[in-house]
Amino acid sequence: MPPADPYLSLAGITKRFGQFTALDRVSLDVPSGSLVTFLGPSGCGKTTLLRIIAGLETQDEGSIVQGGRDISRLPAIKRDYGIVFQSYALFPNLTIFDNVAYGLVNRRAGREKIRSRVAELLKLVGLPDVGRHYPGQLSGGQQQRIALARALATSPGLLLLDEPLSALDALERVRLRAEIRALQQRLAVTTIMVTHDQEEALSMADHIVVMSRGRIEQVGTPQQIYREPATAFVADFVGKVNVLAAVAQGDGRIKLGDLVLKGGGGSERLPAGTAIKLYLRPEDVVVNGDARDHPNGASASVQKIEFLGAFCLVTVTLAGAPTQPLLVNLPRQSLDRMSLAVGAPLSVGLPCECMRLL
Amino acid sequence: MNTSAAGVARSLPVPPHGRVKPVVDGQRRIAQALLIVACAALVVFLLAPLAAILVKSVQDKDGTFAGLGQFRAYLQSGALLESAWNTLWVASVVTLITIPLAFTFAYALTRSCMPGRQVFRLIALTPILAPSMLAAISFIQWFGNQGALKVLLMGHSVYGPIGIIISAVYAIFPHALMIVITALLLADRRLFEAAESLGTSKWRKFFTITLPSARYGLVSAAMVVFSYTVSDFGIPKVIGGNFHVLAIDIYQQVIGQQNFNRGAVVGLILLLPVVLAFIVDAYMQRSQQSQFSSRAVPYAPRPSRAFDTAMFVYCAIIAAFMLAVLGMAIFTSFIKLWPYDLHFSLRNYVYGLVDGGVIDNYFNSVKLGFLTALFGTLLVFVTAYLIEKMRGMNATRGAIRLLAAIPMAVPGMVLGLGYIFFFNEPRNPFHFLYGTMAILVLSTIIHYYTSSHLTAVTALKSLDDEFEAVSASLKVPFYKTFARVTMPVCLPAILDIARYLFINAMVTLSAVIFLYSPDTKLASVAIVSLDESGEIGAAAAMATLIVATSTAVCIVYALLTRVLLRRTQAWRAPASD
Repeated sequence: MPPADPYLSLAGITKRFGQFTALDRVSLDVPSGSLVTFLGPSGCGKTTLLRIIAGLETQDEGSIVQGGRDISRLPAIKRDYGIVFQSYALFPNLTIFDNVAYGLVNRRAGREKIRSRVAELLKLVGLPDVGRHYPGQLSGGQQQRIALARALATSPGLLLLDEPLSALDALERVRLRAEIRALQQRLAVTTIMVTHDQEEALSMADHIVVMSRGRIEQVGTPQQIYREPATAFVADFVGKVNVLAAVAQGDGRIKLGDLVLKGGGGSERLPAGTAIKLYLRPEDVVVNGDARDHPNGASASVQKIEFLGAFCLVTVTLAGAPTQPLLVNLPRQSLDRMSLAVGAPLSVGLPCECMRLL
Repeated sequence: MNTSAAGVARSLPVPPHGRVKPVVDGQRRIAQALLIVACAALVVFLLAPLAAILVKSVQDKDGTFAGLGQFRAYLQSGALLESAWNTLWVASVVTLITIPLAFTFAYALTRSCMPGRQVFRLIALTPILAPSMLAAISFIQWFGNQGALKVLLMGHSVYGPIGIIISAVYAIFPHALMIVITALLLADRRLFEAAESLGTSKWRKFFTITLPSARYGLVSAAMVVFSYTVSDFGIPKVIGGNFHVLAIDIYQQVIGQQNFNRGAVVGLILLLPVVLAFIVDAYMQRSQQSQFSSRAVPYAPRPSRAFDTAMFVYCAIIAAFMLAVLGMAIFTSFIKLWPYDLHFSLRNYVYGLVDGGVIDNYFNSVKLGFLTALFGTLLVFVTAYLIEKMRGMNATRGAIRLLAAIPMAVPGMVLGLGYIFFFNEPRNPFHFLYGTMAILVLSTIIHYYTSSHLTAVTALKSLDDEFEAVSASLKVPFYKTFARVTMPVCLPAILDIARYLFINAMVTLSAVIFLYSPDTKLASVAIVSLDESGEIGAAAAMATLIVATSTAVCIVYALLTRVLLRRTQAWRAPASD
């Protein structure tokens, strides 16, 4: 169901660079006050789409309506948005105060008004005391907070974030993504964020737009994207997934190597003999105790254990399908409890409600 | 969050639109207009004059089409072949001498721990401050008919190839040196450390790391030296004697015999080796691109007594030689009459320059320097900004990029010749410029455009590409951001360009020799005419004035970059994290 009142509507956006089609008839509605991420590998067109929304590139075809106004042909300076770039793009020769006030000064607001607004913004991003510093004196994360304050200074209707966290170190990235999300929800500003980091997209977004090769693969909530990937690309790109070759039996069951399993939703509609790909998340596989009486149980042995901290990624070989190794995600404690080691036997269950057949 | 409000990819087909044409707003229109003006300026003041030479070269004296008749006639004269041969072999010898000298000097400055590296560097750069004729005058004093060290030449005359070669080596040395230093500084310390950990010998490191990584710089320097020597007019004019080179031929055809068409032919022939050198250099530069990562760790030399001493001795000899050349010119300007009366006197300045009114030429040069620095910097920087930071109008921007690279490959004499042909044409709407200071300023800006342009582009490229996007999102027009951010951040580069243009305007001769009028005669031209009339003392005095002025400008520049920048560019202070 399309929302009744999208703040931003893209219709048939197409962009070509010479022979290369960067965007192919992209249409999308962004609900008011939501945070939408464009997620995809590099070259999928997500940044181009953001720049077209910003008026920094011009689409070859298609229209953009923002807040009821057709902005398709407007130059960037006539549109209503704030933008934050991966490189921060703070003006190095201006103080933090002047950077944040940059757009305010131009609106001929009174000096006192500007001062209080900048102070308010600096407080908002948690850096109330840095007004007299220069950007070069701040850390990357601090600079990006200032860039955010500058983008929000003029209270734009739309906030555009172009890979805002990619230049930061891992800890700062996690901290800042929570801050940005909290700020965005507090101000209820419609926000579009471009990212190639699925974790970022999953943790921050109301809706994720997964893109590939200039097209939208799927739009959905993080839950929908992760649990019900609409295409093989989405399943592959978001999260880790087992891709197993199987053959439909025609009765809702599928054959994986020598194993006959109950298939997931829709498998009963497949005619017998159809070659299918079975998608199953490593964390959905159940092992040992839980797998004993599992309808889709199978015996297997541990081939490799990759220690990841809280979790371990265990590669197991199914006795019935030895050529297709299966990844299983297990908490470290359960691994310890079962004292699993390479070569150890174990039983696994492949829950049919978690399978996707694509 | 209510999931029913999900953003949805609409599957409905969208009615076909025409190609979207963005609305052009006022500030964008300004940028576009400026771009067009810049492009037009380069076409009128660079391309059109060069085209005029082409046209003139295939016409006879009456202006009727003569095909390649002029070329044929000149090629058959034999005189051309001799000049062309002379030009080529002299330039080759100068290159073969200068490059090893400059490389060793640069190596000493960058790879040794000898004392006085800064002083040596400064001394080696002094020839830049002087017109090339200064070297010629000085060598006449040292080795001429009444020269102090004439015996060293063992009967050979300094007038001719010997004089041209040593003067050119002196004058071009700093240009080669700077290029080679830059190339040597590019070396990555990690390569040397890796070699060391593998137990590589010093010599092997030199031949497998140092030389290969400096290779492109050496070729580039060689091309610059070669082009400079081929194009230079002042040195052969003063010390060449009866030894003919192409630059002299052009001058004689145009000024002596008023044979413009034949001048055009020689000009085109002079253009050939320089364009060839330019192409070789451009080709080498392109293949260099991927050689170094920008994350290279700079090389830090370690002290080595024997090596440092050897390098110190070498640099001291070169520096002494440089100071001897400059010193002799200055000395000549302050004595009564060489070699008979060596007492101190201001006679050359007072009688030679002031009383004769020749001093006006000096003031013209200073004026030219300031105007060139002011308008040249403005034109170069704004143009570079527009092509680097504006979007759209790709064809125009590409054309400007191409045009900006051309002046490097055009000898000053050829440019000056083109200006005569183009602007002296009464039907040309710009004819009014002919004989004015404006045409001198314009030709000088164009003559030195390429280096200035590259400096500006490098500075602009180091700025974040998104400044313009950010200011558009904040609804600040681009010109405000240009004034508030771009210019202040690029101030060092802007000052550098201004200084470069000023100094070159002070010393340039080859383009302006065709373009001055009695009212706008320049100091460099005055040196040539004073020398022609045998007043070598006054010529030396004029050269000394130029050196003093250029030095003063360099000092002002150094002070500006230190004092003023320290005050206005507090943000350059190192980060405190």
